Amino acid sequence: MTFEAKLDIFEGPLDLLLHLIKINEVDISDIPIAKITDQYLEYLDLMKAIDVNVAGDFLVMASTLMYIKSKMLLPKNEDDLEDIEDPREEIVRPLLEYMQLKDASEELSSRDILNRDVFKRGVGLNKDVEANAINITGVSIYQLMDAFKKIVQKKDPDVVLRFTAEPWSVKEKTVEIMNRLNMNKKINFNNLFSKSSSVSEMIAIFLAMLDLVKKNLIIILQEKPEGDIWIEALVKKNKPVQPTTEYAEGTES
Amino acid sequence: MNTSIKMIVESLLFVAGEPITARQIHAMIPEKDLGEIKQAIEELKEDYEKLNRSFILKEVANGYQFRTRPLYKPYISNLLNATPPKLTRATLETLTIIAYKQPIIRQEIERFRGVDVGSILKALLERGLIRIVGRKALPGRPIIYGTTRKFLELFDLKDLSCLPTLKEIKALDDGENG
Repeated sequence: MTFEAKLDIFEGPLDLLLHLIKINEVDISDIPIAKITDQYLEYLDLMKAIDVNVAGDFLVMASTLMYIKSKMLLPKNEDDLEDIEDPREEIVRPLLEYMQLKDASEELSSRDILNRDVFKRGVGLNKDVEANAINITGVSIYQLMDAFKKIVQKKDPDVVLRFTAEPWSVKEKTVEIMNRLNMNKKINFNNLFSKSSSVSEMIAIFLAMLDLVKKNLIIILQEKPEGDIWIEALVKKNKPVQPTTEYAEGTES
Repeated sequence: MNTSIKMIVESLLFVAGEPITARQIHAMIPEKDLGEIKQAIEELKEDYEKLNRSFILKEVANGYQFRTRPLYKPYISNLLNATPPKLTRATLETLTIIAYKQPIIRQEIERFRGVDVGSILKALLERGLIRIVGRKALPGRPIIYGTTRKFLELFDLKDLSCLPTLKEIKALDDGENG
């Protein structure tokens, strides 16, 4: 069975730009447009190759970047004394606005969240309260793609990014990953691919992993920036609550 | 101060569980003065602060509610069998956009993030964190979204004016990396 539907990701072109700015340690007031544009396009190719849905906005951003790049390459007209806006403003403005909002959402998530940090009355014992834990794993799809690219290139440095996941079944790979997680609570991202025989098998595993994240069955962690990436199963706590001797003073058994 | 009003108000706050306003309390004891009720609430707030108990009276979502102190969260989450986390970064960011930019339509939200937010909006509506405020007088009559009281309750906000102010973003390599 082939994996029919393309994988949707919820991070858009601005996230990708921010990722590139971060890993290139770029000053946002002076973005090296040519470099960033080239890398951006590389990512788009990789995304297409691993069958991720490259939505229209990614392509719009690609053409915007290329347009800005070409504008920056044009010789400055000496006679033109007008204060022409830096062509990069077209992306810098929305980027700054987006960074502001990302900042704000992190601040919101650090507040005292109901059912995560503080609780209200009237919940009762053994009730399945929907914890409003806010899941910010800190690992973006682009970081995952970086890590995956490294592994693939180690296996086959000459690999051309035009391949499919056949004949491997992504669904089978999801089962395999969950089984492995049953045995080991945490798996290092790199170890997911250690037994792969081919690049297409690796792609199937990578897609399977993304699918599991989307279904909220696994979580991706990174203890520190640039550190190892780990995968962990998301377990639903099903054990009934037994009062321990600490709390059971005179309560019902 | 008038202890009996204070205790009546306390009992109502205790039973309510959900954020409840001074006016709502007043509706239940109309023979008392709204001003006295407000004063009783303020005193209760202070009392609980000073008593250093495991819960306090918090002003949240335009009302008042008893809430436990964060210090006790590990014990309480054990008690409650909390289900796995469900609010992802993308959902949180979308919710943040709506919170700060409301009233806002889907197209404007997508302009910020550059991705389709259809399923995220559906999830947020289902969770009662956003609501439909109306429709914009544009072709297609797009839906206008805003946040709900439940949103305020979730993030421990008294009201929308208490949203953290948006920071001025300086150039990225201002000494900090990432």
